[in-house]
Amino acid sequence: MSALSQIRKINKRMPTLLPGIILLLILVIPPTLGRPFLDLELTQISSSRINIPPGAEYPLGTQSEGRDMLTILILGTGATLKIGLIAGAIGLAVGAILGMISGYFGGFIDKTISAIVDSFITIPPLAILILIAAATKTMSIEGMGIIVALTAWMQPTRIIRSQMLSMKERNYIRLAKLSDMGSIKIIFTEILPNLIPFLAAAFVNGVSTAILSSIGLEVLGLGSQQTLSLGMTIYYANYYSAMWRGIWWWWLPPVIVIVLIFIALFLISLSLDEIGNPKFNRL
Amino acid sequence: MSIKYLSKRILVFIVTIILAVTINFFIPRLTPQNPVAALVGKMVSKGITVVDSDAIVQKYTEQFGMNDPLPVQYFKYLKNVILHGDLGYSISYFPGKVTDVIIRAIPYTVIIMIIANVIAFVVGNLLGALCVWKKSPKLVKGVVYFMMPFSTIPYYILALILLYLFAILLPIFPIGGVSTAGSAGGFSFKAIWDTVSHAVLPILSVVLSLIGFWALSMRGIMATVLGEDYLMYAQARGLKPGRIFFSYAVRNSLLPQITAFGIDIGKIISGSILVEIVFNYPGVGMVLYNALRTADYFVIQGVVMFIVVSVALTMLIVDLILPKLDPTIKYE
Repeated sequence: MSALSQIRKINKRMPTLLPGIILLLILVIPPTLGRPFLDLELTQISSSRINIPPGAEYPLGTQSEGRDMLTILILGTGATLKIGLIAGAIGLAVGAILGMISGYFGGFIDKTISAIVDSFITIPPLAILILIAAATKTMSIEGMGIIVALTAWMQPTRIIRSQMLSMKERNYIRLAKLSDMGSIKIIFTEILPNLIPFLAAAFVNGVSTAILSSIGLEVLGLGSQQTLSLGMTIYYANYYSAMWRGIWWWWLPPVIVIVLIFIALFLISLSLDEIGNPKFNRL
Repeated sequence: MSIKYLSKRILVFIVTIILAVTINFFIPRLTPQNPVAALVGKMVSKGITVVDSDAIVQKYTEQFGMNDPLPVQYFKYLKNVILHGDLGYSISYFPGKVTDVIIRAIPYTVIIMIIANVIAFVVGNLLGALCVWKKSPKLVKGVVYFMMPFSTIPYYILALILLYLFAILLPIFPIGGVSTAGSAGGFSFKAIWDTVSHAVLPILSVVLSLIGFWALSMRGIMATVLGEDYLMYAQARGLKPGRIFFSYAVRNSLLPQITAFGIDIGKIISGSILVEIVFNYPGVGMVLYNALRTADYFVIQGVVMFIVVSVALTMLIVDLILPKLDPTIKYE
């Protein structure tokens, strides 16, 4: 009962958090918990008859290479989210470390790190990603995650740095410094726990940026060839002119899932922003 | 604006370009083979017939001194690109030049981009500002909340949805290209409408997404500005609401938005060239797509250079305009 009232309280303060998380869970469960129930054979080329519209036998039909759309869609959702998760985690780790160092120590280190972040934010990341992806021969989902992580660390660094700057001026941190606690210990035991909401916001931001970049690369055909992600599914649908041929069940489902992923992440980040900027509550 | 500031900004611009050329040079050379021979081999393995492949390899080896030590190659490359604007030959259009292939595509991309960005910036900021303005109708708020989710969806995905809705399900707009095949051209009303109608959907895919983006951040800035004392003072002086809104509130809120435009232009440009692929619009994005399909690496590099140069140029312009708009900024 108390857990329920707790949830109700959070929901009142951040009304978009719960819908976002539920939406995301609906998308995450099939490729993770549902995986044992999937027939992986059906993702193979010519495992089924081609171009069958959605019906009893194939709930979402099959595409022109003879793959079952429902299985592809579920696995693709998992692959796309995995890319986002890997890149988001790398981005968060790099961003948190750089941001904390930059904000805590200040001075020359801060200036250097900030300059690097600023220049990376302005250089269009997709341009560099295209060069790297075009130069590498084969690409896996994990490799994709690592490459797009290049675009996902700047925003976390900025968020954490600015929080660090305000945090270190607080009285309890001054007290900890006066009582001769080491810098590392202060950062980890006194500051880090207070940064958790901002780390969460930075993580969601990183995941969303990474998925955006990965889809940018994939629609150019630079995605993983081994596992079909949502972006690659759309690339092949485009490649085989699915839209002109009226095979809407090939390109529309991945488009809808991508839109749902971005809306879910948007709802979550909107609620996390609310913690950071309570000013919006008035609107 | 002092000469010193001007020259410093131009220096940053030049450094960015050199940086981009450097990245362009080194990434393909991380592999040990002769990059040109490797690329031609890769294209042949993709089943693309390369005419005169030996001639291409030889021409490149000569022009870029592939047999020279790496630093010598690098400076030759730098000189070729920056002084002569020469990015080499396209492999699939050999002996066509990379720059010719790209320059042919640039007008389409630039026109679409300018129109889309101007519409989105004006409408988005106006909606965002009206959203927190007390006297504005409820409808504005509704529109802004409706547009917000669009700001998170990639332009490419929006383009696919728009194409399906307004060119296939309801065939209002053409499905792609710049003009109907065999249209007369010239300046008749029909020809102009033909060109415009082909550009509507590509522009709309970028505009829909950007309006939400600008409205969202404008809403936040405007909320802060509305709490400032000078706004209350303006009200106390009995100024007309319209004047308070535009000359006091919006004008001051716009400055951070223009800075944000400079920061985000990279994302906007690289996102919107992907839209061209959906609509088969013959701009730089389409060139990139075709070059990737045929592994025409030098054209890919050229497109990357185009993206970097146009972003750097936009940022230079923003930085030069900003001090004119904001008298509190004094650049040394």
